[in-house]
Amino acid sequence: MSALIANPYGLWAIYRFEMARFLRTVWQSLLTPVISTSLYFVVFGAAIGSRMSEMHGVPYGAFIVPGLIMLTLFTESLSNASFGIYFPKFTGTIYELLSAPVSPLEAVLAYVGAAATKSVVLGLVILATASVFVPLHIAHPFAMLGLLIFTAATFSLFGFIVGVWAKGFEQLQVIPMLIMTPLTFLGGVFYSIDMLSPAWRTFSLFNPVVYLISAFRWSFYDHADVNLAVSLGFLLGFFAVCAAVVTLIFRTGYRLKN
Amino acid sequence: MSTILSIKNLSKTYASGLTALKPINLDIRQGEIFALLGPNGAGKTTLISIVCGIVTPSGGSVLADGHDIVRDYRAARMKIGLVPQELATDSFESVLATVRFSRGLFGRKPDEAHIERVLRDLSLWEKRNDRIMTLSGGMKRRVMIAKALAHEPRILFLDEPTAGVDVELRRDMWALVRRLREQGVTVILTTHYIEEAEEMADRVGVIRKGELIVVEEKDALMRKLGKKQLTIQLKDALTEIPATLGAWPLELASAGSELIYRFDAKAEDTGIPPLLRQLHELGIAYKDLNTQESSLEDIFVSLVSTRTEAAA
Ligand SMILES: Nc1ncnc2c1ncn2[C@@H]1O[C@H](COP(=O)(O)OP(=O)(O)OP(=O)(O)O)[C@@H](O)[C@H]1O
Ligand SMILES: [Mg+2]
Repeated sequence: MSALIANPYGLWAIYRFEMARFLRTVWQSLLTPVISTSLYFVVFGAAIGSRMSEMHGVPYGAFIVPGLIMLTLFTESLSNASFGIYFPKFTGTIYELLSAPVSPLEAVLAYVGAAATKSVVLGLVILATASVFVPLHIAHPFAMLGLLIFTAATFSLFGFIVGVWAKGFEQLQVIPMLIMTPLTFLGGVFYSIDMLSPAWRTFSLFNPVVYLISAFRWSFYDHADVNLAVSLGFLLGFFAVCAAVVTLIFRTGYRLKN
Repeated sequence: MSTILSIKNLSKTYASGLTALKPINLDIRQGEIFALLGPNGAGKTTLISIVCGIVTPSGGSVLADGHDIVRDYRAARMKIGLVPQELATDSFESVLATVRFSRGLFGRKPDEAHIERVLRDLSLWEKRNDRIMTLSGGMKRRVMIAKALAHEPRILFLDEPTAGVDVELRRDMWALVRRLREQGVTVILTTHYIEEAEEMADRVGVIRKGELIVVEEKDALMRKLGKKQLTIQLKDALTEIPATLGAWPLELASAGSELIYRFDAKAEDTGIPPLLRQLHELGIAYKDLNTQESSLEDIFVSLVSTRTEAAA
């Protein structure tokens, strides 16, 4: 009981199982985001971007890269992690997890770790795709990688909560579609909030995604729309809230146990 | 014999307000086969689910091989294997992958030799690389058993392992359970086929409306509650039972051509010789005689139904 991870075999088994699910459909998993990101580059980077002025000294095509990676990171982390825990609830195979000598921490690390791994891989693939279209420059590569991993982990944790909460496939779709997509599009993937009118700019500051995209873009181009410390505070705060909710879920057995 | 599973005052009321288990006390002995019987909705699955950690108890405690299932859940759960009532498998996985997964999940390091043994025992070895969704229902049930055995549990729960299973698989299952017992595994099973309990169990527990109404050695139960029945086939049908036979609780059957006498199986004095003498004196001739012992099924039905009457 003393060790935090007393059942490493169990943790590894879940992680492997989740990764196997990813690898079974690896081509779809990778191809879809690569194609859609390429389309963004063709439309926004080449067609429209050529008429756009530089943003803080960065060509428009390159400017949208961090935001696009974040967009994929949010949606993929959320859907991978929520599906990963929802599906066994749906098929009934969750009985095995519930009856196994696996602690909540181990289960969460495995599910969230696997979901985050997938979206980090996807993020890097998109980064590689982007470098084909636009000249990329990464000012703070380690910070970039750190943000990539931490954002993926946070949104996977959030996805885990959504998966436990969801009672049907529709609910599984609701959060990404109804909340994440609008927040992300209005969060400055395609523009700098400095470009907005003062009223919209103030309004945007209520959108947490703005802070995440701003920080991530800073790691590329050394320029942030909002204060970097505030961005990191947001990310850490969101992570802490999700972690607290997950702890509560396991303590009470909410929607997992009768 | 030592106790491997000790259930104390275990109760469960679901969020809906339904009380599925009234406080239950039960000790399971190391190495026995225990059959838990009861009508639909009696609380068998609820009881098993609590012990395995799938349902949270409302009260009471359980020790599995000395480990509290809540406080010391890791040690307790490593000893326990579960084959649930409902079929639930990972359709896209191969048989081998899913069984290896179960072993890892339960904290055991890989052991290919053990996995092969389990798969061979369940006639799954040939199918080891098949995706589970391509298997028949009976085969999927075997996969679930293989998963439950992957981590070498000391206590195995089989919740209706033979529901919807053909005769051959049922025989295989019985053979497997006996082999497990030889290896010292304690098996707790539920079934609606009473003949199964009769065939396999060392002890039987009957649960009804969340109450454990009987826990008894199977043999003792059958001796204690078993009835015998003597059927006398008459040469000429009777319209009524002669008054001089009033000392025996007799019934007429088959339009008066059969006389039926029920008596206590364990009684010294069955009352049969004087009955036959009396028939002879009355000039009632008979063609044939036979006696039957009531099965566990008859006992079970009478147990469950007499209690219903008593409760009503
Ligand atoms: N999740 C639940 N929420 C509310 N009530 C439940 C739940 N699960 C079971 N019950 C109720 O608890 C009672 C006991 O159910 P249980 O599944 O333990 O019975 P059982 O003896 O296994 O029956 P069966 O032979 O049909 O499998 C039933 O009345 C059932 O409807
Ligand atoms: Mg049941």
